[in-house]
Amino acid sequence: MSDIKIRAKSSNGVTTVKSLMSHVMETGLRKDKETGDPIPAHFIQEVTAKWKDDVVMTALWSGGVSKNPYLSFKFNGGEPGDPIEITWVDNQGNSETGTAEIS
Amino acid sequence: MIDAKRRTLLKGSLGAGAVGVAVGAGLLTPRAVLANWPEAAFKAEDQSTALNDLLGSDTIEDSDKVKIKAPDIAENGAVVPVTVEGEVDGAKSISIFAAGNNTPLIASFEMSENSVPFVSTRIKMAKTADVVAVVQTPDGLLGAAKPVKVTIGGCGG
Repeated sequence: MSDIKIRAKSSNGVTTVKSLMSHVMETGLRKDKETGDPIPAHFIQEVTAKWKDDVVMTALWSGGVSKNPYLSFKFNGGEPGDPIEITWVDNQGNSETGTAEIS
Repeated sequence: MIDAKRRTLLKGSLGAGAVGVAVGAGLLTPRAVLANWPEAAFKAEDQSTALNDLLGSDTIEDSDKVKIKAPDIAENGAVVPVTVEGEVDGAKSISIFAAGNNTPLIASFEMSENSVPFVSTRIKMAKTADVVAVVQTPDGLLGAAKPVKVTIGGCGG
């Protein structure tokens, strides 16, 4: 399946994380153009970001977040080499985790 | 058994309210869906209901400490970059609303003690409307709005 792209950079004691996830982010409101059938909702509901073992941010999402979501956030702390882990869970129970090191 | 519940839920979520009824009847606990995903807030069709469900209040103080960066004109409503920054201490969460969407609550970001109150993402906007950001602080809710003109809506099919 897809993967999560993560870039994390620390500068002056603040780490900035940028991430890109692959997901259709269907709201459930759209209809198939040919058959007219509704396209079932399929979107990421929760994104958890960890620095080492600490959760630094939890994002709760609706289908109103754009397809292939981009997410950037910052936290105090973080040294080059520290691990960052981002996990998403969608409304159909799928999940994915990506990791990166702070540069 | 768990899987059967999930199927029920998915079907239910297509028909508005069915899930709420199931939850109310104790057939499905919210925990069975996801730890703390605020379903009612995300399904709310107006901002104040969503705020009450999500944060327990819809009293927002307009504040220039809440900065929203978003385009003045979005040619494609399906992808509108939005950055929110709160120049406050102890922010607990940042929530983003698109006031013109059927369900205005787009996302809520829960901060930790290490967080800097800053988030950047891309959202869908159905039509020209305000992007509203609400920062939850220990002293209440601070908010700001930024109008975005949308030339092609991003929620329909």
